[in-house]
Amino acid sequence: MINEIYQLTAPRYIEGTFEDLTLTRSRVLIRPAHLSICKADQRYYQGSRPKAVLEQKLPMALIHECIATVEYDPTGTFPAGSSVIPIPNTPVESDPVIAENYLRSSKFRSSGFDGFMQDYVLMDPERLVAIDGGVNTNVAAFTELISVCMHVLTRMDRIAHARRDRIGVWGDGNLGFITSVLLKSFWPDTDVFVFGRNYDKLSWFSFADGRFQVDDVPKDLTLNHCIECVGGAGAENAIEQMIALIEPEGTMALTGVSENNVPINTRMVLEKGLRLFGSSRSGRADFEKTVAFLEQDPNAHYLQNLVGAETVIRSIPDIHEAFNADLALRIGKTVLHWEL
Amino acid sequence: MVFAAIMAGGTGTRMGNSETPKQYLKLAGKPIIIHTLEKFFVNPAFDHIVVLTPKTWVAHTDNLIKEAVGETDKVTVIEGGASRNDTLRNAVAFFEETFGLTDDAVIVTHDAVRPFLTRRIINENIEAAQKYGACDTVVPATDTIVESQDGTVISQIPDRSTLYQGQTPQSFNCKKLKALMASLTEEEEKILTDGCKIFTLKGEPVYLVRGEQSNIKITYPFDMKVAATMIEGAIEE
Repeated sequence: MINEIYQLTAPRYIEGTFEDLTLTRSRVLIRPAHLSICKADQRYYQGSRPKAVLEQKLPMALIHECIATVEYDPTGTFPAGSSVIPIPNTPVESDPVIAENYLRSSKFRSSGFDGFMQDYVLMDPERLVAIDGGVNTNVAAFTELISVCMHVLTRMDRIAHARRDRIGVWGDGNLGFITSVLLKSFWPDTDVFVFGRNYDKLSWFSFADGRFQVDDVPKDLTLNHCIECVGGAGAENAIEQMIALIEPEGTMALTGVSENNVPINTRMVLEKGLRLFGSSRSGRADFEKTVAFLEQDPNAHYLQNLVGAETVIRSIPDIHEAFNADLALRIGKTVLHWEL
Repeated sequence: MVFAAIMAGGTGTRMGNSETPKQYLKLAGKPIIIHTLEKFFVNPAFDHIVVLTPKTWVAHTDNLIKEAVGETDKVTVIEGGASRNDTLRNAVAFFEETFGLTDDAVIVTHDAVRPFLTRRIINENIEAAQKYGACDTVVPATDTIVESQDGTVISQIPDRSTLYQGQTPQSFNCKKLKALMASLTEEEEKILTDGCKIFTLKGEPVYLVRGEQSNIKITYPFDMKVAATMIEGAIEE
């Protein structure tokens, strides 16, 4: 079958290309239904990644956050028409110690190979997670991003010591918002404090136990553990403030992506005996936990507030409009109804 | 019910001296007809698909389909007719005999030699046929269309902004199609070689579905070269 793939061939230039797709008895054919733009996609689209990276990765179909419909499944795993979340991480080996999303050999959609901007996608059944049709599809479109936050908390649960009275989350964007929502369900007895630069964005975090602008933090506030969801140029100041407010032997999760190296006050890391761990992407177990959260957790409704823009995609110009609309969002996600 | 008819009745006289009808020529390692059929086969909207081929190619086509998608009761290969209208009649007759025709049954008819169609085009055809009774897949005309009555001088140049180029699929309400085809006189039969044209001349509205420039018809050897360059990696093969 000839499949159309909508690839970014150069910054701000999307072209329909074709590829032969061979149906096999072992793979499931899915149709992307609702897609969501990630900041990484936006960086490729705008051409703000280094030139060498763009030269290496393009042409490539963008988007790795998506809810899809099963179109044809010869494996008999999913009924035709059912909703699934495709996992963009694609491991080519398994390791008893290292998780699939940290294996250097794993490939990732819209980074190492084509993302979900395609007519159809052929996937292994174990790379798909069934999701209840009752879940809000606009939220389900960014299940991948939620699973990344779920992965952070799962690792935090494993690594951090048991005193979890007060946790700080740095970052008033999407990642900080989702992490904070999940925290309220993950550790219901823990007070969640959110730190950000923007008063208007912080006002979205009404479910948190405290919200602080980073230049106006109570002097006596201390935290057991901290999660950094800032990245970019703001990561340095965020990490510095985290080290200042965290109690000895606390754990700090670093989750924001920075293109540049970030200086860290290692003297205080040593003196306080802190643990710092990095967290990136997610694996199947995180997707399963996330889908269960979306299907059952009473706090899941907060995530609907993040749906910032919805656009119907019926042509390539519609894709450009969606990326431009996404750029204008201060917080929130752009969801693409894929009807192309 | 939703039916599909893949029209593969041509014997490919325009494809140079090739003895193989054009729909069986390989593109990216697979016969063109299989690329096309798979687009319909994987689409759960279809209750059944019929492939209409020249009589001598029925068994071969059956084998190709089994090879590509395995044993399936979703596809039947039958003989096409002498003309496109006859082929269309055969398709409707097959569906009527096998499944019966409900009032809302629609048929999506498509050229086997247009393998680049997309899911959107197929699904919009189904929706339009269900809603309006008939639809045609078109793209805005890009070349200036020139009309000449005598083949020597221009008789008129129509305004391009109102002109479209017809592609396929063409889709219809089955019962309506059957009734209109049965009403054709011998004279009309000779002129009306297109399902949508039958509807139009009989005063029935035909809705436009937006096609794609890439939904090309592989008719000439040149088209085959274009098709191969469109598919990544197909040239090397």
